[in-house]
Amino acid sequence: MATSSIEAYFGDVAGLLDRSLAAGEVYTCRLDAENSDFVRLNRGKVRQPGSVAQCYLRLHLVSGHRHAEQCITVSGDAGRDREPILAALARLRATLAALPDDPHLSYATDVRPSRVVRSEAALPAETIIETVLEAARGLDLVGLYAGGPVYRGFANSFGQRNWHEVTSFSLQWSLYHRADKAVKSAYGGFAWDDAAFAAKKADAREGLALLGRPARSLGPGRYRAYLTPRAMEEIAGMLCWGGFSGRALETRQSCLFRLRDGSAELDPSVSFSENTAEGIAPAFQDEGFARPAEVPLVDAGRMVGSLVNPRTAREFTLVHNGANASEVPESLDMRAGSVAAADALAMLDTGLYISNLWYLNFSDRTACRLTGMTRFASFWVEGGRIVAPVDVMRFDDSVFRLLGQELVGLTSERELLVNSDSYHQRNANSMRLPGAVVREMAFTL
Amino acid sequence: MADSDRLTLPDPLPLARGADFWSLRLVEERAECYAVRKNVPQPPTLLLDRGAMLTAYADGGCGYAATSDLSPAGLQAALDRATAWARATAGRSLIDFRSLPRPAPRGAYASPGVDQPGRSQKEWYELLADESRSAGCDPRIVDWEATVETRTAEHRYLTSTGGEVVQRYRFVMPGLAVTAHANGDTQTRTLNGYRGLAQQGGESMLDRFAYVGSGRRVAEEALQLLLAPNCPSGTMDILLMPDQVILQIHESIGHPLELDRILGDERNFAGTSFVSLDMFGTYRYGSDLLNVTFDPTRPEELASYAFDDEGTPAEKAYLIRNGILERPLGGAISQARAGIGGVANSRADNWNRPPIDRMANINLEPGDATLQDMIGGIERGVLMSTNSSWSIDDSRNKFQFGCEWGQRIENGKLTTVVKNPNYRGISANFWRSLARVGDVSTVQVLGTPYCGKGEPSQVIRVGHASPACVVTGVDVFGGEG
Repeated sequence: MATSSIEAYFGDVAGLLDRSLAAGEVYTCRLDAENSDFVRLNRGKVRQPGSVAQCYLRLHLVSGHRHAEQCITVSGDAGRDREPILAALARLRATLAALPDDPHLSYATDVRPSRVVRSEAALPAETIIETVLEAARGLDLVGLYAGGPVYRGFANSFGQRNWHEVTSFSLQWSLYHRADKAVKSAYGGFAWDDAAFAAKKADAREGLALLGRPARSLGPGRYRAYLTPRAMEEIAGMLCWGGFSGRALETRQSCLFRLRDGSAELDPSVSFSENTAEGIAPAFQDEGFARPAEVPLVDAGRMVGSLVNPRTAREFTLVHNGANASEVPESLDMRAGSVAAADALAMLDTGLYISNLWYLNFSDRTACRLTGMTRFASFWVEGGRIVAPVDVMRFDDSVFRLLGQELVGLTSERELLVNSDSYHQRNANSMRLPGAVVREMAFTL
Repeated sequence: MADSDRLTLPDPLPLARGADFWSLRLVEERAECYAVRKNVPQPPTLLLDRGAMLTAYADGGCGYAATSDLSPAGLQAALDRATAWARATAGRSLIDFRSLPRPAPRGAYASPGVDQPGRSQKEWYELLADESRSAGCDPRIVDWEATVETRTAEHRYLTSTGGEVVQRYRFVMPGLAVTAHANGDTQTRTLNGYRGLAQQGGESMLDRFAYVGSGRRVAEEALQLLLAPNCPSGTMDILLMPDQVILQIHESIGHPLELDRILGDERNFAGTSFVSLDMFGTYRYGSDLLNVTFDPTRPEELASYAFDDEGTPAEKAYLIRNGILERPLGGAISQARAGIGGVANSRADNWNRPPIDRMANINLEPGDATLQDMIGGIERGVLMSTNSSWSIDDSRNKFQFGCEWGQRIENGKLTTVVKNPNYRGISANFWRSLARVGDVSTVQVLGTPYCGKGEPSQVIRVGHASPACVVTGVDVFGGEG
C-alpha cells in the first residue's frame, strides 16, 4: 500500500518536532484526521449533503516530571503548518514553566511501531446516494450516510511511529410506517455492495409490514423478553460508562464494583473482554502504549480484569493494559452463548421482542440498575410468533438480574456493531455482542 | 493575544463559480482546562480549534463543505465541493432552496468582559487546590476533583450578499465533584452537576455560585448522603430546585419543541416529538403558571448571541405563555418548510458541522412564590436537587429523572435527607401539575455545554434560567440499598 499524503505529512510533522525539541524534553503527538462525506436524508430525499476535511494534532510536551497538552487544527500542508506547530510548542514550554511535578506522569519509552492501512477504492458518495434514493422511492426513509477515510497517527521523540488508516462507510437508516413505528437498519463496511444493501432493505421492508398491524399497549409489569444484539448494545454501552474502568473500580464509582467485590454476580454464561485484535479501533492508545490483543474483563460471570490507563496504574499501583484516559472499552466483545438465533423467538415463547433500546441511564448506579425505553420495531410475541408491534415502554431493572438470575440464554451468533456516533469526529469503536433471552424484565411506564 | 494571532478573514474571498448564493462561517475556539484531583494538579490541556464551513445554494440544492485548511486555496476547494453537492442533489432535495431568502446580516455581539484579562494558570491552580484540600476531609471520601474550563470563541459569518457578522464569546465553566464510599454504598455529590455551572462573561460567576468554600460544602453533603435512607416511594409532591428544573425544561419542553424533530429530520437518531404543528396556538402544555421563553438576550447566560449561524437576528420570544403553546424552536429554513413562525436557533456546534434547530437559552419565567412558601405548602413530598440521571422516550413524553440530593418535606417542613431520589412521568401531563413557581430570588442561570443531537452528531452549549418549582402528584421512588 502506498503511503498516503496525510501519512507523509504526519512524518514531516514528527520530523519537525524531533528537530525542535530542547534538551531534556520529550514529546508525543497524535493525529486525528478525516475526509468525510455526510449526507442526511429525510422522507426519502436529501436534507443536508456535505463534506468535512479536518486534521487535528494533539501535541504533548514533557520536561522532567512536568507536562501539558495542546490540541490544534492544521491545514495538512507541512510548510504552512510549521509556524502554528512551533507556536504550540512554545506555548507548551511557557505553560510547563509554572507547573509542579506530576507524580502520575507516564509515557511510552519502548518503541513499538505499527502500520494498518485499509483503504480500498471507494464509490463516490454521490453514486451511493443515488442508489439509496432509488431504493427509498415511495418509502419514508430517514437517516445518515457517512463515508471516507479516517486517519489516526502517533509519533514520539523516541522514534515510535504508528499509523492507522481505514476508509469505510456507514449508512444508518429508518423506514417509518407511521408516528413512532419504524424499522431501524444499518449497513456499513469497506466497499459498497449493491446486493448487500438490497438484502438489508428487503429485511427492513419485511419488518415494516409487521408494523402495519394494530399496536398493543402493555401495562407496567414483568415480561419475558428477547433482546437483539442491537438492544444489548445499549445495555453494554452503559456498562462501558465507567463500569470496566480501573480508576472507577478503585474509587468504587463503577456500576460493577459489587461484581468485583463479589457481592454481586452474573450468569456463568456471561463473559466480556476488550478484544482489540478483532475490533476496528487502533492497536495503540493516545499516549503511544501498545494494546494487548485481548484483555479479559468478566469471565463466567465474575469480574477478572479492568481497563487500566498508565496514569491510573501509577496512582493505584496497578499494571496498565493500554487503555485510554477514559478507560472505556473500544472493542468490547461478549462471548457467544448456545441459543441459535433462529430459535430465539421459540425460546421467548410469549413476551417482548425488543429490537432496540433507547436513552438508557442509571436509576441506581451502585445496584447497576438501569432505566431506558424500547424503540423502533419491538413486538409482542405469543407461542414463538410475532403478534403485534408494541407502543414504547420504559424499563427499570438491574443488569445483575437481567444478565444474572433472569438470563435464560445468549445467542450463538453475534453481531459486530460499529459505533455510528460522529461527535467531533467519526467514531472507530465497535462491540461484538449476542442476543439475550431473559425470564423477566421489569417495565414501569 | 497578539494581533498576528487573531482570526483573520480570508484574502481573497472565495469565488462563487456556479453558486447562486454562498456563506462562509469561520470559527475559532480557544480553551484552557485545569483540574486538581485528590490534591494532585492534573496536566493542563489547551485547545486552539480553527476552521471554516462554506455553504452554497445552486440550482435549487444546497451543500456544505468544511475544512481546517484556511488558506485561500483551501476555502476555494471547500466552496467548490459545497457547490458540487448542491448541484448533485438539487433534484433530490427535501427543500427547494430557490424559494428561500438570501440573508445579508450585519452586526456584532460580545460576551460581557470578553477582553478582560482572566486569572493566570497559577491562580487557577491555587484556587482549585484550595477547594480540593477542603473536599478531601474524611477517609470515606474516595475521590474528589476541582476543575475549570475557560473558553473564548470568535465566530464570523459572511455571505455573498454582503452580510458580515462578528460574534465574540467568553465562557467560564468551573466544576467540583466529591465521591464518598462506605458499607458497600457510593454517593457522588457535585456543584450543580457535571459542568452544570457554565456562563458567559468573566470570573464573577465564581462569586455568584459561592465557588470558594464549595469543596467542604459539597464533601459534607456527600457524607450526609452516605448516611441517608433511600428516597421513599409513592405519589407525592416534589419541589424541584433550579439545577433539576433546567433538566426538566431541557428534555420535556426544549427538545419536543424543536421544529426539525417535528418535521422528522431527527427520527433516525435523536427522535421525533409528541408535539405536532397543529398544536401551536391552542395546546395546553402546562398549568397557567408555565411561561417559557427563548431568550438570547440575557448577558451571562451560556447561549446568548445576536445572530444564529444562518444570520437570523435573535430576539426574546415566548414559547409557552400561561400554559398555552405559542411557537416552536425552529430557524429560518425550518420555518419556511413548516409555514410557521419560530426563533433564531439554527446553530452548529463547531465549524465542521452544519446548523440545525437547537435550543439556545430556554428559560422558565419566575412566578411569585418564595422558597419558604413552596416548602410550607407541601404536606408530604420531596425536595430534589442536581440532576444525576436522565432518560426520556424518542417522542419526548415518558421520562424518568434522578437527582443527587433529596430531602423529605413533611407538614410544611424540610426533614430527613434521602439518597437516590428519582421520579417518572409523562411530559404531556407533568407540566399541567405545575402548582407553584418560585420568585426571582429562587432563580439560577445555569446551562450545559453538552447537549447532543444531529446526524452527523453535534454537542452544543445551551443555557437555562429557572426558579424552583412545585409539581403535585408525581410518582417518586428511591434506590435499592
